[in-house]
Amino acid sequence: MLEIDGISKHFGGLPALEEVSFRCREGMTTALIGPNGAGKSTLINCIAGTLNPDAGAIRFTGRRIDDLPCHRRPYLGIARTFQNLALFPRLTVLENVLAGLTPEAEQSFVKSLLRLPATRHRERLLRLKAMAMLDNFGLADKARWPASVLSYGDKKRVEMARALVAGPRLLLLDEPVAGLNGAETARIAMEIRRLHGVGLTILLVEHDMDLVMTVSDHVVVLDGGRLIAAGAPQEIRTNPRVIEAYLGRMSVTA
Amino acid sequence: MTPRDRIRYFFSSHRTGLSVCLLALFLLVYPAWVGNPYLLGISNLIAVYLIAVIGLNLFIGYAGQISLGHAAYLGLGAYGSALLTVHLGINPWLAMAATAVAVGLTAFLVAIPTLRLSGHYLAMATLGFNIVCYTVMMQWDRVTGGPSGLAGIPHLSLAGVAIDDETRFHYLAWGAAILVLTLGLNLARSSLGLALAAVAQNETAAASLGIQVHRAKIRIFVLSAVLASVAGSLFAHCYTFINPDSFTIFNSVELVTMVVIGGLGSIWGSLFGASLIILLPEFLHFFETFRDIIHGLIVVTVLILLPQGLVSGLKDLLRMRLLRKANNARN
Repeated sequence: MLEIDGISKHFGGLPALEEVSFRCREGMTTALIGPNGAGKSTLINCIAGTLNPDAGAIRFTGRRIDDLPCHRRPYLGIARTFQNLALFPRLTVLENVLAGLTPEAEQSFVKSLLRLPATRHRERLLRLKAMAMLDNFGLADKARWPASVLSYGDKKRVEMARALVAGPRLLLLDEPVAGLNGAETARIAMEIRRLHGVGLTILLVEHDMDLVMTVSDHVVVLDGGRLIAAGAPQEIRTNPRVIEAYLGRMSVTA
Repeated sequence: MTPRDRIRYFFSSHRTGLSVCLLALFLLVYPAWVGNPYLLGISNLIAVYLIAVIGLNLFIGYAGQISLGHAAYLGLGAYGSALLTVHLGINPWLAMAATAVAVGLTAFLVAIPTLRLSGHYLAMATLGFNIVCYTVMMQWDRVTGGPSGLAGIPHLSLAGVAIDDETRFHYLAWGAAILVLTLGLNLARSSLGLALAAVAQNETAAASLGIQVHRAKIRIFVLSAVLASVAGSLFAHCYTFINPDSFTIFNSVELVTMVVIGGLGSIWGSLFGASLIILLPEFLHFFETFRDIIHGLIVVTVLILLPQGLVSGLKDLLRMRLLRKANNARN
């Protein structure tokens, strides 16, 4: 489904990613883990198009996407969430989710200015779709609230709803449970498992090892911009290089 | 659904359209009601400015950009119309349309490099463009008449009737203003309006949702420049005389003041902002002398106390209070 082939990215002279290659298979949840500064977010940004890699290729369903501008990628079915919330704070919760339906929305400037009945009808359908998605996340009663007043946990879920509303084929989750409490984390974990159940391909960046171990089929480990291990969660748990580079260091900082 | 519910539903789902109709109705009878050419002259000026302010509000308020040079597009519109009609004797309507197209193209060319900038840099670039335009209007006196301006611009005429008095111009200017108001309200409520607001609040997130950030900014900038151009043309054909002093950077600041008072991202607020800034000097005569200082003070005060602008800011405050109340009632 998603093929990362020798991706490198440098910031100034500093390498953030060096020759990273792996695959996300269709319908699988792939977890991307690694200590802080390992290049996980850089990699997700390269896949989503927020950053352009310096070298290497990214293929999605066999098609090269690394030279595609960021705004084209949602049309292919790639959606993402952000590590540090990237909601539109002054828009309502419903409008935030509606923004996730941009690929299906009216693009014509003239039609938008005229607001013909067909356009209004289309907007009403999108609104219903967004409401249904909010309902899935238990946020329907807050649809008219400005996003800025929501609790942190609710904001995280609005981001998930916004990413999922257009029905993507690949979901990039950048630390979906960072900063959440146990109950909220369990709720997100359940949602990820549900998405996995309906066959969505997921790439998950996460520090929460319990979450990674319970939801993922395949784990990829980065350290210092290099891929150091890849395999099933159980193999990764016992891989000495991973323990040295990641789990060991985490137990010191935790 | 009872008939009563049906009526309520009709009103709530068409509140914007009904408000526009109400305003149009009021303006239809307004000349018969006041009848005083001086007062009509003031409201006509409000209409002309409103056209430009709505465009600028879409650019500043919705798309979250800044332009301190929109008086340049107002000026290009006015001078375009004036030069084509005075020097070449072209029909005023045709001149107005041709000018709007030319200004749109100019704005497009200006937008491609400048809208890569943001914040202070964008403000400076647009300001610079305004100064360039002003200098050309001042110095190229063989064509533009220089500081003494251009006189003898023909009135517009409709079906053989020259639009040469305040009442006739009232219907033309307010007709155009209502049309622009409607288009602005439509755009603001559309998916594209939502996309613009998204661009204003988080460009990275907007792009990752499929919004073409740069293109969205350019499109709205061009629209706002075209509206300013139309407003400028109306201004020229209404007063039949123009000079560069109406199109300085201080006029640009005045336009921004109208947007800020009305509220960033509030189309109705634009009506309030344009009205207030044009009416103020009528009530406070010292205002004329200290005009720029007062404009500056208003903008700074509003932006410190209500960063979203006066009308939008108060609306937000009210909305938050209602939400909080509803929430407390629930708990």
